[in-house]
Amino acid sequence: MSTAALHADSHHDHHEHKESFISKYVFSMDHKMISKQFLITGIMMGIVGLVMSMIFRLQLAWPDEQFGFMETLLGKWAVDGKLDPNFYMGLVTIHGTIMVFYVLTAGLSGTFSNLLIPLQVGARDMASPFMNMLSYWFFLASSITLLSSVFIETGPASGGWTVYPPLSALEKAMPGSGLGMTLWLSAIALFIISSLLGGINYISTVLNMRTKGMSMNRMPLTIWAFFFTAILGVLSFPVLLGAALFLIFDRSFGTSFYLSDIYLEGVGALENIGGSPVLYQHLFWFLGHPEVYIILMPALGISSEVISTNARKPIFGYTAMVISLMGISFLSFIVWGHHMFITGMNPFLGSVFMILTLIIAVPSAVKAFNYLTTLWKGNLRFTPAMLFSIGLVSFFISGGLTGIYLGNAALDIQLHDSYFVVAHFHLVMGSAAIFGMFAGIYHWFPKLYGRMMNDTLGYFHFWITFITAYLVFFPMHFMGLAGVPRRYYQFTLVEDFNVWMDVNKLITVSALIGGAAQLLFLYNFFYSIFKGKKASANPWQANSLEWSTPVERLHGNWPGEIPTVYRGAHEYSRPDREEDFFPQYIPDESAPEVLHTEDHKVAPEEKSPEEVESSVFFAAIKRVFGLS
Amino acid sequence: MANHQTATFEKLPVWAGGRSPFNVSYGKLMMWIFLLSDAFTFSTLLVQYGAQRFSNVESAVTTKWPDPASIFNHFPFMHGFHLPLLFVSVMTFILIASSVTMVLAVEAGHRNSKKEVQKYMLYTIVGGAAFLGCQAWEWATFIHEGARLNSNMFGITDQGYKHLSEVTFGDHFEWEKGDRTFGPVPFAALFFIVTGFHGFHVFSGVIINVVVYIMTVRGVFERRGHYEMIEKAGLYWHFVDLVWVFVFTFFYLI
Repeated sequence: MSTAALHADSHHDHHEHKESFISKYVFSMDHKMISKQFLITGIMMGIVGLVMSMIFRLQLAWPDEQFGFMETLLGKWAVDGKLDPNFYMGLVTIHGTIMVFYVLTAGLSGTFSNLLIPLQVGARDMASPFMNMLSYWFFLASSITLLSSVFIETGPASGGWTVYPPLSALEKAMPGSGLGMTLWLSAIALFIISSLLGGINYISTVLNMRTKGMSMNRMPLTIWAFFFTAILGVLSFPVLLGAALFLIFDRSFGTSFYLSDIYLEGVGALENIGGSPVLYQHLFWFLGHPEVYIILMPALGISSEVISTNARKPIFGYTAMVISLMGISFLSFIVWGHHMFITGMNPFLGSVFMILTLIIAVPSAVKAFNYLTTLWKGNLRFTPAMLFSIGLVSFFISGGLTGIYLGNAALDIQLHDSYFVVAHFHLVMGSAAIFGMFAGIYHWFPKLYGRMMNDTLGYFHFWITFITAYLVFFPMHFMGLAGVPRRYYQFTLVEDFNVWMDVNKLITVSALIGGAAQLLFLYNFFYSIFKGKKASANPWQANSLEWSTPVERLHGNWPGEIPTVYRGAHEYSRPDREEDFFPQYIPDESAPEVLHTEDHKVAPEEKSPEEVESSVFFAAIKRVFGLS
Repeated sequence: MANHQTATFEKLPVWAGGRSPFNVSYGKLMMWIFLLSDAFTFSTLLVQYGAQRFSNVESAVTTKWPDPASIFNHFPFMHGFHLPLLFVSVMTFILIASSVTMVLAVEAGHRNSKKEVQKYMLYTIVGGAAFLGCQAWEWATFIHEGARLNSNMFGITDQGYKHLSEVTFGDHFEWEKGDRTFGPVPFAALFFIVTGFHGFHVFSGVIINVVVYIMTVRGVFERRGHYEMIEKAGLYWHFVDLVWVFVFTFFYLI
């Protein structure tokens, strides 16, 4: 979208291949443009989610204060400047939904899978550009549907982002369970379609569209992360679709899949019998837990790439990183019960889920240690992207540690639904993932827009966000340990909890400062799109394939033939090289295999496809069992 | 400059890179991944079925889970006869047969025989449409008998089962007073949702097959030089059949 590209476009109107405004910017089938569409929509949704969180934080810190601007902004939801309790619940719900699905699933995965998969595996575009375009448009429709629910009379869905029945299934349960909930379900159905269209595309592109020499074990870790993320999405979102289908029938057609023995407003039992709300939780968390990793893994992949590039070192333990991603992906499907320890599940089943959950600490620790060892004695370049990646590692560790607490059934019974949980997931998947997203934006901005973002503003953005994020979420651990329940409109009314008033104020002030710091980012982002410093082709001196494309956006990515790949993506600071990086697409003159081929068209190692596929996996298996 | 380069690459084949690892086109790969994903959707529905069925308890307002053979015992034009599972067997046979013709169409596609592809695709479409017709009749009968999404007249009492045990296949049979009472509600609701969801898949499959048939007739694949689209449609069609085997087993056999 750079002005340069616009300029170039206008000069070539006579050419046979014309991209009209509509086909270039609106119904674009170019993966780079779709990635920008995802990014901008994700940022817009992020702003809405952030503003919502600031509004309910104000309520928590100053429950009796009357904010005049709130009445102006929210009308009857804040009569006399005091937030309506039902709307508070709606804000919490929609904040969660937006952040989890719209920003950190579609905004993160949609942006960077779209941008990087074709560029880093060496493909002209996604396997199916048309489906890719549909994926974005379904996402946009879904976003609009969700946002529209804020403007209806009964307010948005307000039963929490997990929309547990019976609260979500009975219209009479709360105002938001009426039309707001219907719109929520419609939005999520559209979102699932978008996610499936995208995911199917990502998987097939990674498997089928790689360039010559790009075997699976030469792919950058970003691609591995996007690949596993897409697999998780394709296998877990359909389960949410099924769960939502039954919820729709319960709500609108009088079935009782999730309802049984309910007394409402003291007028006797409802007719619904035989259903089980716990079943909904099982189905929901079968999606919900992989969803956590759908959010986190792309951020981890981005950080691997950014850290390796800016530490000027090969990523420590490439194969271990891949195996740990694989392990996390597999385990994420069999641990959903740890969200449900207090639903009355069999304690034995609970302990099975507990053990499986704690096993996830192993691959997670592998990743954390590999990041640290990659940084160790590296030639560090603290670009804003690098800082955000290091911030991710920090949040991943500090938030991950409390995951071990919460994974214990015995501890979780005490901590469940308290602020401890809020602190845990906001650090480990909220802050960590959003920091991964920022790292990605700062790092690949030159690839997205052909211009550089301002570093100074980036540093301010990083430090303010980093410090305020800890100030916001760290005190919540102590509140949770003291038993403060989450999602309460005014818990300081309870005598036991009113000691937390001052902490609440600290958190809110930090949240407001942190929120304001995002303005720096927004200014930097939008200013740099048009006026940023022009980027060179490979501004970070990175190895991966995307930096071999021209700076100007080009539908098809490479002007000539797609480059051939000769080695892995993380070979920095090789002792035999003069420069400290060695791009994947530059043949190694000293390697004898290449010396014999005249035109460098043949990759040095030509393995059979099956060998290439299995080599990473079997090499790792052999290593594990000491066979090699 | 940008556009000049764009024009050059368009002359190159789409696949200008390395080798396809599984030796399949991306389209077929996508279909496989989609089917895997769809399998999870159906699994969710069947998990719901299992959970509802095994948590069903006899109480004052509901009976035990009804025996499918005692309910699905109707056949068109044979009103009043006890023909358990005969009609659904015919339906299943039709669907499996349409799968066979689909295989023949795919095989004919490999030989680039347009005429045969056309013939077998037509058979497949007819089979799919016939199955949908059968399902419509099945639903209509079921609804006529008193099944609704939120109520179910198939709580068969002990007297009802005794009555049933006295008739054999092909005998005249009518429910008598006291044979039936209100049964487990999810039985009917799940029947409608799961067979409905499957029927929706069959319907989409028929639409896909019609589109592919028209493309065959108009010679699109002949010009393209291969009939891979038939194979992709075939994958979907076989998957729908496979799902039916599970739906059939859960709702009619056990």
